[in-house]
Amino acid sequence: MPQYAVLIYENVPPEELPPEVQAAHLGLPGRVAEAGGRVVAGIGLHESSTATAIRGELLTDGPFIETKEELGGVFVIEARDLDHALALAKMTPIVDGGVEVRPLIGFEVVEES
Amino acid sequence: MLAATVRVTRDLTTAEESVQDAYVAALSAWARDGVPDRPGAWLTTVARRNALNAMARRHTLQAKLPLLVEPDVSEAVDPSRDTIPDDRLRLVFTCCHPALAREAQVALTLRLLCGVTTADIAAAFLVSEPTMAARLTRAKKKIAAAAIPYAVPGPEDLPARLDAVLTVVHLLYTTAHTAPSGDTLVRVDLAERALDLVRMLHALLPREREVAGLLALLLVHQARQVTRTDARGRLARLEDQDRDAWDHGAIAEADRLVVAALRAGPPGRFTLQAAIAALHAQAPSHSETDWPQILTLYDRLLAVWASPVVALNRAVAVAMVDGPAAALEEVEALEHDGRLAAYRYLPATKADLLRRLGRHEEAIEAYRAALALTDNATERAFLVERLG
Repeated sequence: MPQYAVLIYENVPPEELPPEVQAAHLGLPGRVAEAGGRVVAGIGLHESSTATAIRGELLTDGPFIETKEELGGVFVIEARDLDHALALAKMTPIVDGGVEVRPLIGFEVVEES
Repeated sequence: MLAATVRVTRDLTTAEESVQDAYVAALSAWARDGVPDRPGAWLTTVARRNALNAMARRHTLQAKLPLLVEPDVSEAVDPSRDTIPDDRLRLVFTCCHPALAREAQVALTLRLLCGVTTADIAAAFLVSEPTMAARLTRAKKKIAAAAIPYAVPGPEDLPARLDAVLTVVHLLYTTAHTAPSGDTLVRVDLAERALDLVRMLHALLPREREVAGLLALLLVHQARQVTRTDARGRLARLEDQDRDAWDHGAIAEADRLVVAALRAGPPGRFTLQAAIAALHAQAPSHSETDWPQILTLYDRLLAVWASPVVALNRAVAVAMVDGPAAALEEVEALEHDGRLAAYRYLPATKADLLRRLGRHEEAIEAYRAALALTDNATERAFLVERLG
């Protein structure tokens, strides 16, 4: 099945998310599976102020692109097609923000040798 | 035929090429063997075979990239079963998918459903041909990369998705009839394509009331087309148009469609717009227009479609029922709202109301504001004349 990245933009910091929202995040893979898709992987990011950007030799404190919206995480899903992927992505619990759905060229976890 | 081939390839560019090659093959084969009994089926079979071969070649070359959808190789072409209408529906819903920007939806629909050349689409939307070609390529790439499904939406999604399709077709028609800039008010060919499209949709989706509504709306506009501008190409006001010159057969057809749609269930925005247009068109003269009924319809339209443009058009009806002062209050409220700041018909409407109230200095100011927002030469000429 085609794979998509779902980028989570959430302006509420992770530690301030209400317990029911945190629980909803944990339950997301199950709900996605019930809807005929699959969460392949998930990444949770610390807030953008903890990032370091590198341009050539220059280091900057903060994210590469300053945006109003906070990129909070990315997860990878499998879905039948874009409509299915969008329906699955809409299940993501968001307090203040939204998600972006982008098709993947590929996804690979490199095994330790 | 293109639609049937897209079903095999799921890739619009390959489908287009396969169709072209089928036509070329037909030229020599039919010259040699004569035209077959069912040329459509012959062409479709050859196009699909070309498409399958192209995909097989690509599959060998690009073994690592999975095909988005496995081609249904076992599906035999049954010449007695006409699958083309269903495929055209799938194609129109794909072209108008909400994941594509409106201008991409419009361009794709024109290119793939109406067969308009990229150059002509570019001219209609006043962009360069390379710009339009890039827009089309990007859209097709998105359809492929994001795996936008080639399918008619299911019942839960159909109303919203159909509304998007009808919006695109309506936009095609209105673009044809009011060039945003430039000299002429009408681009005839685009309007006919839009009408053909909505007729096709109505034939394929006979129970969808909003499709009937859009068809009725476009029929009424088309019926009045000949009198929109006078013999010198100047914009004619509705009250000055010669109603005998209107296509009353088309208006009658529109009326039948509207009545049937209204009877069949709660009307959507296209049916309501059609009902308003039909009322205008059926009045024997401008002074006999049923403005109270039109105002009622506008109230219902605003309830299902909370658009400031609808509110502005409703204000025009308010002026005829409750007088220009009441309407002016509504228009000024819309001005404060701000969403119509670049919409030339707001100051134009305000100017007309002020004129009717005898507030000529303010009317002139408003006409000038409208002029500043108008590029179309015919509309500018109309406004300049009002000023004088």
